[in-house]
Amino acid sequence: MPHPRSFIAFGVLAGAIGGLLAFVFAWIFAEPLIQQAIDYESGRHEAQEALDRAAGVSTGDHEHEIFSRAVQGNLGAGVGIVLFGVAMGALVAVVYVVLLGRVGQLGPRSLALLVAGGGFLGVFLVPFLKYPANPPAIGHEETITVRGTLYLVMVATSIVLLIVAVAVGRRLQARLGTWNASLAGGAVFVVLIGIVMAVLPSAGDLAANVAIYGHHATETPLPLEDAEGTIVFPGFPADVLAGFRLYSLLAQVILWGAIGLVFGVLADRLLRRSAERSPSSVHA
Amino acid sequence: MSSMSSTPTAARTPVVVSLPSAAMWLVGTAVLAVLAYYFIGVDQGMTSVFGNNTVIHEFVHDARHFLGFPCH
Repeated sequence: MPHPRSFIAFGVLAGAIGGLLAFVFAWIFAEPLIQQAIDYESGRHEAQEALDRAAGVSTGDHEHEIFSRAVQGNLGAGVGIVLFGVAMGALVAVVYVVLLGRVGQLGPRSLALLVAGGGFLGVFLVPFLKYPANPPAIGHEETITVRGTLYLVMVATSIVLLIVAVAVGRRLQARLGTWNASLAGGAVFVVLIGIVMAVLPSAGDLAANVAIYGHHATETPLPLEDAEGTIVFPGFPADVLAGFRLYSLLAQVILWGAIGLVFGVLADRLLRRSAERSPSSVHA
Repeated sequence: MSSMSSTPTAARTPVVVSLPSAAMWLVGTAVLAVLAYYFIGVDQGMTSVFGNNTVIHEFVHDARHFLGFPCH
């Protein structure tokens, strides 16, 4: 019998590999967009200061950076994404060990892909549908606590409802068969998460934002206007936002995909070897 | 008609790890993983365990944005 720590070690390894691949992807595709977003942010900040000076309002002081952009975009991004991958790989291993042998006729590698797919859905994709990833320059300081809480509520709800959906599917399996029971479980998830998404507010609808900007879906910066209503600085570039969100999504596909594939192969080998060592056990 | 003599070998995967004996490893790992998730994504943004500075936030700033966490 393999020890659970072997699975966890493989989960950590698979997560590190997934995180590394996702970081390489981010470094190539996302970092240029992050730089463009920061350039937009500083350009807008300067325009705002000019407007304030013209109106005779004193401007606030500049915030200084602890880490240079180079550190944030290379070392910091790498460490952050790889550690995220390691943590998610470890979680996949934990769920895998719990489910192994308890969810019907699934091979070791199929189960790994399904668990990683569930992690991708619950931890990232479903919350992303309601509160998508944003580059710098998007997001108001004063709403960070509310937005952070709402995001974590989405993550927690998605994970809990995924577990509920799997439990429902397992319940119905004897009566409906595997295929129809899976569809029913999926339908339960879609309906319940749809209700949650409809109830939770959009970032733009938070009280602090409505008071200043009116109703908008997000906190994406609108064009900056002077006192006469002339646009003096454009709104946030749509292509930068769309590209950033697409790449953020693809990086998570890479991360979770690598975890599912790498962990599946390692777990499969581990199970085979332990089955060979104890020939009395069922050959998997 | 030849009978289907070769039954699929992919039999039900046996229960491999007994959960009570593995509980410490599983719970410990899950707790550490959630802590990592918290420090990479949340700390020194909406809440702060490590006091009133933004060292963690700034260091993982780009990762935090890219991983989908709310920022600023």
